[in-house]
Amino acid sequence: MHPAFQAVLTIAVGVGGCVGYFYFSNQLLDRVLFPDKGIHAGRNITRANIIRPWLFLFPALAALGLYLAYPVFETLRLSLSERLPGNKSQYVGFDNYQQMFSEPKFWEALTNNMLWLLVVPALSTAFGLLAAQLSDRVRWGNIAKSFIFMPMAISFVGAAVIWKLVYDTRPIDQEQIGVVNAVYLFFGGDQPITWLTQIPANSFLLMIVLVWIQTGFAMVILSAALRGVPEETIEAAIIDGANPFQVFFKIKVPQIKNTIVVVWTTITIVVLKVFDIVFAMTNGQWETQVLANYMYDKLFRAQDWGVGSASAMIIMLLVSPILVWNVYNARKEMQ
Amino acid sequence: MSAIVGTRSSLVWAVHLSLAAMVLLWLFPTAGLLVSSFRTTDQISTGGWWNSLSASEQNLTLRSAAPESQIENDGVFVIEGNLFEQGSEAVISVWGTSSRSIDAFKPGDEAPLKDGSTITVQSNGDYKRQGIEEITGRRGQRIFATALTPPEFTLDNYHKVLFDEKNRESMGKAFLNTLTVTIPATIIPILVAAFAAYALAWMDFPGRALLVAAIVGLLVVPLQLALIPLLTLHNQIGIGKGYLGVWLAHTGFGLPLAIYLLRNYMVGLPRDIIENARVDGASDFQIFVKIILPLSFPALASFAIFQFLWTWNDLLIALVFLVDSSGETTVMTKQIIEMLGTRGGEWEILATAAFVSIAVPLVVFFALQKYLVRGLLAGSVK
Amino acid sequence: MTNLTLRNVEKTYPGEVNVLNNINLDIRTGELIVFVGPSGCGKSTLLRMIAGLESITDGEFTIDGVRMNEMPPAKRGIAMVFQSYALYPHMTVRDNMAFALKIAKKSPKEIDTLIKKVAATLQLTEYLDRLPKALSGGQRQRVAIGRSIVRDPKVYLFDEPLSNLDAALRVATRIEIAQLKESMPESTMVYVTHDQVEAMTLASRIVVLANKGIAQVGTPLELYETPDNEFVAQFIGSPAMNLLPGRVVSTGEATSVSIEGGGGVISSAVATSADWQDAIVNVGIRPEHMLMESSDNYAFESVINISEALGEVTQVYFQQDKAHSSPVIAKLQGIHRDVRNKTLRMSAEPANVHLFCEGQSLRGR
Ligand SMILES: Nc1ncnc2c1ncn2[C@@H]1O[C@H](COP(=O)(O)OP(=O)(O)OP(=O)(O)O)[C@@H](O)[C@H]1O
Ligand SMILES: [Mg+2]
Repeated sequence: MHPAFQAVLTIAVGVGGCVGYFYFSNQLLDRVLFPDKGIHAGRNITRANIIRPWLFLFPALAALGLYLAYPVFETLRLSLSERLPGNKSQYVGFDNYQQMFSEPKFWEALTNNMLWLLVVPALSTAFGLLAAQLSDRVRWGNIAKSFIFMPMAISFVGAAVIWKLVYDTRPIDQEQIGVVNAVYLFFGGDQPITWLTQIPANSFLLMIVLVWIQTGFAMVILSAALRGVPEETIEAAIIDGANPFQVFFKIKVPQIKNTIVVVWTTITIVVLKVFDIVFAMTNGQWETQVLANYMYDKLFRAQDWGVGSASAMIIMLLVSPILVWNVYNARKEMQ
Repeated sequence: MSAIVGTRSSLVWAVHLSLAAMVLLWLFPTAGLLVSSFRTTDQISTGGWWNSLSASEQNLTLRSAAPESQIENDGVFVIEGNLFEQGSEAVISVWGTSSRSIDAFKPGDEAPLKDGSTITVQSNGDYKRQGIEEITGRRGQRIFATALTPPEFTLDNYHKVLFDEKNRESMGKAFLNTLTVTIPATIIPILVAAFAAYALAWMDFPGRALLVAAIVGLLVVPLQLALIPLLTLHNQIGIGKGYLGVWLAHTGFGLPLAIYLLRNYMVGLPRDIIENARVDGASDFQIFVKIILPLSFPALASFAIFQFLWTWNDLLIALVFLVDSSGETTVMTKQIIEMLGTRGGEWEILATAAFVSIAVPLVVFFALQKYLVRGLLAGSVK
Repeated sequence: MTNLTLRNVEKTYPGEVNVLNNINLDIRTGELIVFVGPSGCGKSTLLRMIAGLESITDGEFTIDGVRMNEMPPAKRGIAMVFQSYALYPHMTVRDNMAFALKIAKKSPKEIDTLIKKVAATLQLTEYLDRLPKALSGGQRQRVAIGRSIVRDPKVYLFDEPLSNLDAALRVATRIEIAQLKESMPESTMVYVTHDQVEAMTLASRIVVLANKGIAQVGTPLELYETPDNEFVAQFIGSPAMNLLPGRVVSTGEATSVSIEGGGGVISSAVATSADWQDAIVNVGIRPEHMLMESSDNYAFESVINISEALGEVTQVYFQQDKAHSSPVIAKLQGIHRDVRNKTLRMSAEPANVHLFCEGQSLRGR
């Protein structure tokens, strides 16, 4: 069967199945189990309405449970056990973690990840704030925003190719086609440099790719927040004699503090999961390893599920504070 | 702001200039890829893409026609022709006959050659070589010319990358495969999530607040955790690696955001309308299909765009759940990674392949940006 | 014939928020009942319990003798018009009106004739194919009403249907609703409003809600002329009825009360038994019933603090006395210039003098 045909069939089966499920399960509930007729009509309707939400929720909850909740626990279990031949496993306590902690590559990945966590959210938010503020003040701001936002649509792999071209290196006797080397030579560099092997600069060069992608996101959110700042507070500040920089840093930024935190944490989550960029540009060589790629290496190259799962748990651990904070806020908002 | 009197104009200029600089900086890398994908191998290796847009001064090594094409005319042996391919608009500024002095002559000058003949080259590439003796040798005379060549672009790369039968790393198939992954993986979660979001927004049941909180929590769970457990599961229940697996995985991973976005939107719909429908006799199912779904269109569109971009651009999930050793089910991102390994230096092919893969998302982005922005604003956890 | 009955109905929201208690009410077929009461007293809640949009915590609600507590809204034979109109924004006027009929599986022909007929009476014919956002506020209002009419319900429920309209349109629509009611004598309507004029002009009977319960039920004039308690007395009528504390000096067919703080003696047509001799009561006189008195036979004398000339009447506010919590107001017919700072003596016809003790009227006690 041709995959395209299979895809059409899947859409039909998936969509039809969903609609059918919801329709028929509701019919079953209202017609067969608790008919809204006869002497018990009232009671039956009440009962049907107690069950109905769960009919609506069931497919989503099943998928969420299976694809997100269960794996968290299963990964925890795998990280505490060792794979034996024949699909068996054995509990080994913290052996995998110990092994992982003894590997320099893990510490390299962790250190790099921490650097990413510092640099990428900070730079993306800063550039995003700058772009938002600048573009709100000119008439062609929307077009400018559009272009700065555009990298959001580009895959990490595509971005990796784009930036590899930027960092490309040719021998000294040829014309440079990577702009970084061209500029470097133009300003008096005597030798083209293979940038992606320069430790520790290469890690930062990879981070730039993600900053380039995430700035647009930060800009869009912050721009909306900036527009939400009450005009009166700004006008009051201007009348009080504040210059544009003071207005920006003393009046606007404090008022959108919460949004900045939101942007920051959202980008933090992206950073913790970053995999494709490193995978495509250096594959963790030259000391650019990060946790997600380290984990992929362990799981699918070394086939070491124990250590792979242990490193996945480390990522989970790093995400948890944000998770807790988000859940806490969501609960507060629901009340 | 601009209405306020006394705003300094230098500051206004600074704003325009810094924003323009920023836009250029952000656009430059992508532009490089796009331009490179339209250049030939030769052009790419002779200079940076930023030179290709303007007419460029190039040092060319050209060759006149071979002596066999000479004609004898009144005892004079003549070879005539043009150094460039037909249609070229290059303009020669200086030229020479030896690699050591490539700027010895101006257009129209007559240069003596070793065998006693002479050659004249015009600025448009027309040349005339003549001698009183018959010109010998198998090959034509080499001419070193410095010429101003206008920009030149080609579609050959796209032809090669997309349609070339001989090309084993064809993006054509990968393109279709990516599409095959993307469309069901976008549509199915929307439907599942919409029903759940409706229940979470408009139905009363114990534990509702708890469920919403749980979904906010799942929003940030790294999908890395799911790889091995789910691959094992897929193998156990017989799905193995394949489209079904990747569709299911994308559905599962996309659900938290879908439910979150849609619920937030649906909660904001006017309560009266839904209650009125209830008084009008609509069941929950009818309310959902006839009232909620049409009114939630903006949120549905937002999520659809997110999910589309995310599944189209994904590498990890495809690597783990789809692509097998046969290579039949490869997707574009995977294909590009392969090419980065095998064709590291062939930028015309790499750039074209990469551009093929990002073209569709870019079109979607520019066409539906409004919904994307709206979704972002609604989706970032407050 | 009784149409709707509420027996000991009670409402408690989750979290022990008790809103309504012990509601007993009979609504007869063909009546237009208006719920009034201060904001937050539970008018909407009671209406929504009748509609089935809110569960009934305790007690029983029946329509034509059938218990409705567990019946879903659609099966109660009701239609509701919301304050926000709640038109379906993605459907044309025609589809809005047809929605309920389609769900009830009526034939397209039947639906079409019904809609045409209703649209004609409401002057909506030319707007049938427009979306709600292309209509004015008044037109939307009519669509909302039309949408309920096509369903031909037994009971119409209105929750502040006119409060989003401007003053002129409100009057016009109010009259339309009154005419509509007249043309459908068999239909029962329950109407919630903040607006006293709406209540007085539309209602067959008014239900005043206060303090989690019903303060009084009666025709508009009954409430005006014989309020059962101080709350209703002050709630109906504007400005509110003056309450002057006093002491009963004589009882019988008529009762005389001497008013504290600057007062004389006033006679009321309320009959009392001898037990009430010397009782401390509140004398209630509506501002429009206060009369200027030149003789010594006055009920009340004080200095005028503020006077508002409205043309048709002049409203005067008397200097606030320690004995009165709020200033005494009188509405004097015609124009009275330069009454500020003058001392005025006031009295009233015995028939217009109400007596209350501990908040309840002395009438019939
Ligand atoms: N879902 C709810 N949960 C808890 N309390 C509620 C809920 N809905 C309403 N209430 C409370 O019930 C009381 C009555 O509300 P209701 O809306 O019936 O007032 P109302 O008389 O219609 O007021 P208004 O004239 O302002 O419309 C209010 O004090 C309100 O705070
Ligand atoms: Mg209300």
